[in-house]
Amino acid sequence: MKWKREDRGWSPYLAGALVGLLAIASVLATTQLLGKGSYLGASTAFVRGAGLVEQMMAPDHVASNEYYTKEKVLVDWQFMLVLGIFFGALIASASDRSFKPEGVPPTWEKRFGPSIGKRAVGAFMGGVITITGARMADGCPSGHGLSGMMQLSVSAFVALALFFGVGVLVAHFVYGRRA
Amino acid sequence: MNTDQWLGLITGVLFGFLLQKSRVLRFDKQVGAMLLKDMTIFKFMLSAILVGMVGILLLSDAGIIRLSHKPMNVGAVLVGGALFGAGWAIVGFCPGTSVGALGEGRWHAVFAIIGMVAGAALYAEIYPFLKLTVLSWKDSGKLGLPEALGISQWVIVPLFWAGMVALFFWFEKKGL
Repeated sequence: MKWKREDRGWSPYLAGALVGLLAIASVLATTQLLGKGSYLGASTAFVRGAGLVEQMMAPDHVASNEYYTKEKVLVDWQFMLVLGIFFGALIASASDRSFKPEGVPPTWEKRFGPSIGKRAVGAFMGGVITITGARMADGCPSGHGLSGMMQLSVSAFVALALFFGVGVLVAHFVYGRRA
Repeated sequence: MNTDQWLGLITGVLFGFLLQKSRVLRFDKQVGAMLLKDMTIFKFMLSAILVGMVGILLLSDAGIIRLSHKPMNVGAVLVGGALFGAGWAIVGFCPGTSVGALGEGRWHAVFAIIGMVAGAALYAEIYPFLKLTVLSWKDSGKLGLPEALGISQWVIVPLFWAGMVALFFWFEKKGL
């Protein structure tokens, strides 16, 4: 609607199709070079990040934690992928001057005002709930939404329907119908 | 850095670049989709799925790569999926896009990232309890849609393509 390519962005169809090619190339490259294919995903990297931070404070606790032991606390392919997303977005936004410091997004501001404190609390709490859900469901919109759907995984269809279905309900409740 | 880390980094930079160029990293695009006002993130995701699925399923049929389905653990996917949706509506970023949003200057994503790291640490603590409850209800295993339905994937893929292309036309017609 209103921002559609006004700011020199790429067509989402084109950028999406290129991500499809990237996903194929990535599975192929990791299978050939590492012996095990890696599919795009992001949420496990946050477990590794949390484990790395905790390791600095309580290494014994991390070593004895069942979930950290299962997921392995290390800087792996996916951890670097997530770090790479930051740099890729930085380069892309610098290249077309769409880099923009933003403390409170417009839709949020319309509903909750310009308070950065409120947005910080909302983003933090939302973040806690989001990652809890992603780890429980074993994937996020990258792992389930992209990689799972590409493989026609049953879990991906169910997870994506719930991510979006519940998201629609809660968004209408939180931001109101006329947001 | 080893090959594993380099490959991850290069893939991530390209992924982040494309996410940013299509503008899907923005809070307003993600919440806009949930408010059913702006379907940019769906155009992006579904285009990636349509292209990726053909290549990945062909390579898997040829025995060059292996599929890696995530388990259809009923309680985990239902409860986890619903929690994710609720949190996503408030935070306005998914895990991958939170990091990308920070890269394009939307610095409130820092609070989202801190929340996600804290949430991951919390999850590691409650995992033993979840394993005995939500995660243990019913696990249908690593299941693909073709096996579940007993239909060849090469019947499902063209139908999925047709459905999604029709959806794209509808999005454009409605100006979403």
